[in-house]
Amino acid sequence: MTTQIADNINMLLYFVTFLYIVSMSGYILYLFKQKDKIEKSALLFMGAGFLFHLISLATQSLFTGTLPAHTMGESLSIAALALSGSFIFFRYRSKLKILGVLASPLTVLIMAAALFAPETAGKEITAIRNIWLVSHISLIFIGEAALALACGAGILYLIQEKGIKGKKTGFFFRRLPSLDLLDYTSSLCIMTGFTMLTFGLVTGFIYAKSAWGNFWSWDPKEIWSVATWLFYAALLHCRLVSGWQGKKSAIMTIIGFAALLFTFLGVNLFIGSHHQIFTN
Amino acid sequence: MTKTKQNKKTDSKANAPFYKLTWDFFASAKLAIIVLILIAATSIVGTLIPQNAADSFYFHKYGESLYKLFSVLDFYDMYHAWWFLLLLCLLVINLIVCSIDRLDKTWKIIFPKKISFNIERFKKLKIQKTFTSKNSFEKIVPEYRQYLSKQFKTILEKNSDNSIAIYGEKGRWTRFGVYVVHLSILLLLVGALIGAIFGFKGHMNLNEGESADSVMISKQKTEQKLDFTIKCNTFDIKFYDTGAPEEYKSNISIIENEKEVLKRDIIVNDPLRYKGINFFQSNYGVSSADSLTLEIESKSSKMVYHHTLKAGQSFDLPENGGKFTLIRYLPQFDFKGHNLGESFIGKVKKPDGKEFMIVLPIRFPTFDRMRHGEFVFLAEHYEKKYYTGLQVTYDPGVLYVYAGFILMIAGCFITFFMSHQSIMVEITKEKNDELSVCICGKANRNNQSMKLKIEKMAGQLAKL
Repeated sequence: MTTQIADNINMLLYFVTFLYIVSMSGYILYLFKQKDKIEKSALLFMGAGFLFHLISLATQSLFTGTLPAHTMGESLSIAALALSGSFIFFRYRSKLKILGVLASPLTVLIMAAALFAPETAGKEITAIRNIWLVSHISLIFIGEAALALACGAGILYLIQEKGIKGKKTGFFFRRLPSLDLLDYTSSLCIMTGFTMLTFGLVTGFIYAKSAWGNFWSWDPKEIWSVATWLFYAALLHCRLVSGWQGKKSAIMTIIGFAALLFTFLGVNLFIGSHHQIFTN
Repeated sequence: MTKTKQNKKTDSKANAPFYKLTWDFFASAKLAIIVLILIAATSIVGTLIPQNAADSFYFHKYGESLYKLFSVLDFYDMYHAWWFLLLLCLLVINLIVCSIDRLDKTWKIIFPKKISFNIERFKKLKIQKTFTSKNSFEKIVPEYRQYLSKQFKTILEKNSDNSIAIYGEKGRWTRFGVYVVHLSILLLLVGALIGAIFGFKGHMNLNEGESADSVMISKQKTEQKLDFTIKCNTFDIKFYDTGAPEEYKSNISIIENEKEVLKRDIIVNDPLRYKGINFFQSNYGVSSADSLTLEIESKSSKMVYHHTLKAGQSFDLPENGGKFTLIRYLPQFDFKGHNLGESFIGKVKKPDGKEFMIVLPIRFPTFDRMRHGEFVFLAEHYEKKYYTGLQVTYDPGVLYVYAGFILMIAGCFITFFMSHQSIMVEITKEKNDELSVCICGKANRNNQSMKLKIEKMAGQLAKL
């Protein structure tokens, strides 16, 4: 890729971050003022950010012929894109506006980390062209974003429940939606996120088989991913079979996301795995 | 009649036959949740403690008491530990028993003798929407019927004097989704088990031009015989300017009953499959070098001579210097504790019968000068012969695994994105000539999206 295009894409990413920041400011304002109009504009900025972000990713992929997920910065940028996209999707599906108060700052945070992540140029890496590998990466990121939102809804649930239990009609009580809606959103996000994670793991196994000769090689990241998957499977059984709802479920969702976050970042940083090549 | 409460309780438990209690234990969702979380939590241990290392390593790392504790718990090979395998077995038994246990009930729901609906029960549902319409009863009923039959597979109706209830439903079969997911997990485990028992993973090194019919099994260090012969015709390698390998490929033939049945190039990430056995290009090396061209400098006459020969061959040195024999090529040569790398080894036999060894390291061309002999030997040019390293895998469980993947994807999609939905629209003639319409609905999953759907339907029906 010529430096000209790389520079342009970098500029575009700064613009995208700017849009996300405007969206975040809108959502924070919405938290205080509770005006639907403010939320609508914040969502609009989020949508614009998502669109330009997607364009930048598509352009970069077209010019390099590979999915840009080779460095920590690139991976984080895709994570931010997945998060903003998932938020917009669930915002429409569940009508939970307040989730933007968590989703937009998180998007900005990841984007900032992506832009300031140290660059490790000059390293030869296998280009990500294989269809299974591309689907693996995309699906896992979408799944992780959905589960991040599930965690967000879980946190809001706990705040709201505390307010109701303490009979304190405080700042959050008036601003948060009903426990039912929060719980529903959380479960919707978990089901979607879990399914995407499942699809992503399956495509990952297929890629591993085609490239390395085995589906499974006891790599720490593989083990952590499947362990996290099993945990979410347990959570789904709690919800769908044992009828756990609300608080217990919300707490488990938060624990699950912590495990997921460690699988995404922690394993590479503290344990090491064959996924290393993508985040150096 | 005077039994205490506690007695009654133990009584009822004792009354239940043992097999029933065992069945219930294995069919419970609680067991599934506990086992899933236990497997998830314990499998992490193996990523924190290095697996299958030497005892001394663990002893140094953890100290005596922790070393003993971890040893008792089998933490050094935990994925094969009895307790870990027990957890997996528990999961499998739980999966099978609980699926059988619930399938009966689900089967009756999916294939009912007769589909019916209860108006009163629908009216008690949370998800409801009512509106009034000024249209005539006769006009509206066929229109609603048509609208609903477009959206739902099964349509039923119940008439009374002043009202009609139309019932629609779809997606009964989606209740199978969960069983599909469970079956997929069994298939994955069966596939993995078959692969572990009947499959193998090994390695073979083939020199250019050579063939072999057995594979070295990596784990047990034993040989696995193949029922065909594999031959490496040629091996090609391209290098970057930096000297790092860019691409390497082996041209491979499969020979069966002394007949070549297949011939193909294999490169990294593009394996050859034959009779279920995969040959992956994994590494390469220089097996020997041939046709060495020597440069021979005579110290006395300052003349430079050239000669080309193969390993094992010899020739008479000029100026009556004796006989030079090229013994062999070595991938590495150890000289006083230093590895000189690829080297040729030769021998000179002087006319007086004295013999001495000549070392010609490729990396250090002037090495032989240090010998201060009558002749200086230099390796000028040689032809390398490579060997190709192939990773050989055989996994007869792979079809089960792929079947498992397909069912897993289908099952997850059905379970989480589809549902068994039923609705009822009741149209009642009111006294003031208006019609009151009530739409109620339910779904076995994602009730909230059912609510949105009912609201949307109410909007559309009101416009008809």
